[in-house]
Amino acid sequence: MNQKRAVLSLKVALWVCALAPGAYLVSGFFTGSLGVNPVEKLTLWTGMTALILLTVSLAVTPVRRLTGWNPVIRLRRPLGLFAFFYASAHFVIWFAFYNVLDFGYMWDDIMERRFVTAGMAAFIVMVPLAATSTQWAIRKLKKRWGILHRGAYVAGILGVVHYFWLVKADTRLPWVFALILAVLLAFRLPALRSKRGGRPRASKSDAESAAQAN
Amino acid sequence: MIIRRQPEIPSSEITPEGVYLNRRTFVKKAAAAGVIGSALGPAALAGQSPRQEFHPRFETLQSELDEHLNTYEEITTYNNFYEFGTRKSDPAENSDAFRPRPWKVEIGGLVDRPGEYELDDLLSGITMEDRVYRLRCVEAWSMVIPWYGFPMSALINKVQPQPSAKYIEMKTIVRPEEMPGQRFPILDWPYIEGLRMDEAMHPLTILATGVYGVDLPNQNGAPLRLVVPWKYGFKGVKSIQSIRFVEEMPLNTWQVQNSNEYGFFANVNPNVSHPRWSQARETRLPGFRKDFETMMFNGYTDQVQHLYAGMDLARWK
Repeated sequence: MNQKRAVLSLKVALWVCALAPGAYLVSGFFTGSLGVNPVEKLTLWTGMTALILLTVSLAVTPVRRLTGWNPVIRLRRPLGLFAFFYASAHFVIWFAFYNVLDFGYMWDDIMERRFVTAGMAAFIVMVPLAATSTQWAIRKLKKRWGILHRGAYVAGILGVVHYFWLVKADTRLPWVFALILAVLLAFRLPALRSKRGGRPRASKSDAESAAQAN
Repeated sequence: MIIRRQPEIPSSEITPEGVYLNRRTFVKKAAAAGVIGSALGPAALAGQSPRQEFHPRFETLQSELDEHLNTYEEITTYNNFYEFGTRKSDPAENSDAFRPRPWKVEIGGLVDRPGEYELDDLLSGITMEDRVYRLRCVEAWSMVIPWYGFPMSALINKVQPQPSAKYIEMKTIVRPEEMPGQRFPILDWPYIEGLRMDEAMHPLTILATGVYGVDLPNQNGAPLRLVVPWKYGFKGVKSIQSIRFVEEMPLNTWQVQNSNEYGFFANVNPNVSHPRWSQARETRLPGFRKDFETMMFNGYTDQVQHLYAGMDLARWK
């Protein structure tokens, strides 16, 4: 009972935190309080929020291992989906305002600019992950689901590369993300390499327990 | 180019900035809402405390292409000045502690009258004027700004460079205690920019001390900054502390930072992409869409193209 309540409050906190930047941006957009270049602010904030949420989602499993508190896994799916939500908004804003809804401009941008290529690749990698986030998909894909969802790391790495390549001089924040991601990845590497998945003795896989929890 | 000399302004003609800004905002909002004409204006403005005073000439002043001026607020709250931080809002937020007076400018190198000049001495006898210029940032956004300043040639003539001087190198002051951005080695401080002598002598090249007829605020490069309207904005070195006349082409900061992406000339050129984005279009702020076609030399081709005759502009970025 206590545990259920703890998970519920964590989830409420997650929803509030994850929706807050979006609420701020939408209200700011309509009240005109996003500054002189609102589109730039929308772009930076949606991209940053997506990257933060994606990074936090990748920290869920390490936290679960370190604390031994399994219910935390139930935060992973909403974190991933919110990350995808903000990445989608980021993509749409870029397409609508920077490429003025012109597919030719968009294609040129993707082909010619490596930071756009990396960002686009990160987004594309996230699409099947979001699409297979349902319990049904988890059951259907079985072991392949876990393999597929390692793509979250790929998306994270591509996202950080995208960030590195787009800044002009100040690489402090990209480095912060790169270091966090490196630590998370280092934590998972033994697990990703071994066939058994290197998990602590648990009767259910991450995916199954996540599915049941929801 | 629009040049207006108006050194004497009766104070009775000056509009408080608050009223001025709000009038513009009001007009914009009214237009957006489809409201036409109104006695609401003054009533809506009541209770606003004026922050700064503007001359009414700015209500009608436009660029030579009939472009509207960006507001004082837009110009002074959104810009790059890495000495105060790398976000566009940082300069306005982090520059309060900066002291632009008293100010000395060091004039040196190949010049007959070198020395450390009090800014006011350096400017004495020079007539200030409004210059409405487009400012095109290398990041592909732009504004229209009524600078207040004087042709750089006036200063150059005053200090008398020697014939061997081919370039001018200018540096921003280094004061990490007042400029928090300088506490990190994000760029190689001090910020350095340069011009070829003929570029510096060109009548369009100005040193600005103000905007909207009032002193530059700290975030825009007080008390003295360079403005070269046909070049990307980063050429406009701010809070100038040193001006040196030299024989060799100076290495400017962004070229040192990344020579693949930034060169010495930095002429606005829609045909030469920045390696990471196209320069063909720009966002004319406060607009939303990057759909404003960038003009060669930022629209000043007729005045400046002779400076680059025979030069391969794709190579000399």
